[in-house]
Amino acid sequence: MRVYLDNCRAARVEEEVVKAMIPYFTKSYGVPSSLHSLALEADEAIEKAKESIALPINASYENIIFTSGVTEANNLAVKGIVYANRSRGEHIVTTRIERPSVLDSCKALEKEGFEVDYLKVNKQGFIDINELERLIRNDTILVSIQHVNHVVGTIQAIKEIGKLVKEKNENIIFHVDATDAYLKVPIDVKKCNIDVLTIPSNLIHGPRGIAALFVNENVKIKPLLHGFVSLSETRPGHENVPAIVGFGRAAEIGFAVFDDAVNKVKRLSKKLMKDIEDTFKDIAFLVGPRKNRSPFNVNYCFKYVEGEALTLQLDMMGVYVSTGSACASRELKVNYVLLELGVRPEDAHGSISFCLSRYNNEEEMDYVVRCLKKAYKNLIKISMFKDKVRI
Amino acid sequence: MVYRYSEIVKKYFKHPKNVGKIKNADAIATEGSVLCGDMMTMYLKIRNNKIVDAKFESFGCAANIATASMLTEVVKGMNVDEAEKVEWKDIVKKLGGLPPIKYHCSILAIQTLRSAIRGWKEKQKKFYNSNS
Repeated sequence: MRVYLDNCRAARVEEEVVKAMIPYFTKSYGVPSSLHSLALEADEAIEKAKESIALPINASYENIIFTSGVTEANNLAVKGIVYANRSRGEHIVTTRIERPSVLDSCKALEKEGFEVDYLKVNKQGFIDINELERLIRNDTILVSIQHVNHVVGTIQAIKEIGKLVKEKNENIIFHVDATDAYLKVPIDVKKCNIDVLTIPSNLIHGPRGIAALFVNENVKIKPLLHGFVSLSETRPGHENVPAIVGFGRAAEIGFAVFDDAVNKVKRLSKKLMKDIEDTFKDIAFLVGPRKNRSPFNVNYCFKYVEGEALTLQLDMMGVYVSTGSACASRELKVNYVLLELGVRPEDAHGSISFCLSRYNNEEEMDYVVRCLKKAYKNLIKISMFKDKVRI
Repeated sequence: MVYRYSEIVKKYFKHPKNVGKIKNADAIATEGSVLCGDMMTMYLKIRNNKIVDAKFESFGCAANIATASMLTEVVKGMNVDEAEKVEWKDIVKKLGGLPPIKYHCSILAIQTLRSAIRGWKEKQKKFYNSNS
């Protein structure tokens, strides 16, 4: 059996999505900036995709622009917004547990003279809304807060946050990275006062190499790229039509199956969590909240063993997961999200991220826990801490 | 991938050799720490300056386990002075290479071995000094 639980990094592309894309490689391969019929076909396909992507967030298709992926979308949102609004101020508020594309953009902006406040989070990964209120200043131009955390699944109270931001100063631009939230939790950009939203394609089973930003009409974003302007001045370049079509189809399917998919994944993650906790009792602990969590992201720390070794043991059994261990990172650093949630480094080394999708099933969850037990036993046999553990 | 392991590393990770403690070991050392996610304990049995048995315990990644496993195999039967001279590069070579980011694992294994031997030598010195 092969069980894929790395869906917050890369996800399987729905077969119907691939089918929908093919004609735009081989038949309707024009781009909308030309005047002939193939261009018209591309234009219509892009418009339809935008409608499918905008519908689940209660937005209009006209407010959707495309980028090459989430990394570019978050860079464009954060940097583009502050560059375009610098005359009003140079202060940004974000959290310490954003995806690296937001965090590193903020760090780069600090070097350019912008001031950034990074909100702390509690042990469940929630920000303190009172701290946010205290941090917002007259010269704050951007508040950027992710909807769902990519490592531990914490769902921030985006509606409350949006309300507060606008009450404090309606000119502040509120950006939400919805990479791990789109079509996984309900989002309404209007009700939540969201000005700019990052929307993934691959994580909703669309193709890679494409993502979108929802950008409210009144929001100015300075382009980061320069070149031929086709449909969007904010993001020049010819459109990747097949990818856009696939993205649109994935959004359409994702929206149609939303309730069923979320309920299924809730059931699966509940089972996975219960079985891990029954099997590992005081050896493993959940990182992140029990309530207000996305069922798609489940993170556990397994004490006394190292996560890279656990990941590779699981890999040999056909279970594909990721770890927050330092040994598995390029920088040899423990995952920062775990540390910000107060996980001790020695425990964070044994962290495993289980990212589910609607393609997983119960049998797979049983298999994963069986393999986990076996893998853990293999490693604890080697460990100097084996006397601490009974499994 | 961030890195790839050789088939030999995978083999030693999957079926590590010389795992566990040695009862009444003549030399024991622990290096690394759980804080950095790489920790190793090495046990040696030494007779007439010769390592007759070597075992290890590890809290570490696949590279850590594989290097410790290979190193214990290599030094078994060696004279202590000879074992002290084994370099991390020798172990890496025997493992069919390691990703550069993982070299520190083999360095840790060598450090643990040397620290065990150093401790044993000091113990020997004290013993002879007090008996002379």
